Amino acid sequence: MKTKFAVIVFPGSNCDHDAYYAAKDVLGQEAEFVWHKETDLRGADAVILPGGFSHGDYLRTGAIARFSPVMDAVRRFAAAGGPVLGICNGFQILLEAGLLPGAMLRNRELKFRCEHVHVRVDETDTPFTLACRPQQVLRIPIAHGEGNYFTTPDELRKLEQNRQIVFRYVDASGVASDEANPNGSIVSIAGICNERRNVVGLMPHPERACELAVGSADGRIIFESVLAARAAGVLTTAGSASA
Amino acid sequence: MRARVFVTLKPSVFDPQGKTIVDALHTLGYGGVEDVRQGKYFELELAAHSSETARSMASEVADKLLANPVIESYRIEIDGTSH
Repeated sequence: MKTKFAVIVFPGSNCDHDAYYAAKDVLGQEAEFVWHKETDLRGADAVILPGGFSHGDYLRTGAIARFSPVMDAVRRFAAAGGPVLGICNGFQILLEAGLLPGAMLRNRELKFRCEHVHVRVDETDTPFTLACRPQQVLRIPIAHGEGNYFTTPDELRKLEQNRQIVFRYVDASGVASDEANPNGSIVSIAGICNERRNVVGLMPHPERACELAVGSADGRIIFESVLAARAAGVLTTAGSASA
Repeated sequence: MRARVFVTLKPSVFDPQGKTIVDALHTLGYGGVEDVRQGKYFELELAAHSSETARSMASEVADKLLANPVIESYRIEIDGTSH
């Protein structure tokens, strides 16, 4: 049985086709675009909020998109345990929507960083990392100006206690350091999950690293994890997650 | 009525833009500028007849949209007189 991915399209999303391609053409699963004005996720098994510049990044990244009609459906889907992945701007939207804790600041050096980085998978019990080895290092690209993750000391303690820090920026050997941190993110955070672990956000772009022809296929495992999670029966699927 | 809303990063939050600006000012010879914090400024035209109503409307939209409470705080000033 194929897994159906819904790719949400906001005005200004620009990685929606890459996410669709990763799900449909690389993995051979089903994928559908869902416009942000829609209120139904069409029976999707997994939801992707793609990268881009929704609403031109006006006010703050993700600040306007969080009020899109589709976000109520995404919220219900997440509340029912459905897997939701926010990539880059999608991560920023999840933060603004309060589906994940924290906020983004401008990159430490104020530069828009567009390059391949190494990220370490620190938690493998999420639907987007289940197929990874613990501490597996992935080489995938980043492309952002506001990926400097910030949260309060209390919230950071909670993230650490609950093992919600899923991805960290590291060097090629898997060691986190100031030099390997491209944006000044607190404790080298590249991605986190919610307490229930079904909502994951990350700044790097796994959908841009699914084939060797584009420089790396390391990102593929993020999408394959959804299939693994579904096969393992640890995923709430369409029937029970649809509101 | 007009409300003016000033949104700034909380003191505990690092401001990369403010830091870059103060560095530039030092390069320009303004060593006396000890710190810069960058923020956002909004002018709201409100259909409100009292400054209390205006303040409460401005405060509601600041909470909901203009400021992100994780990293920012805001201050409101109300202009104009009631009808």
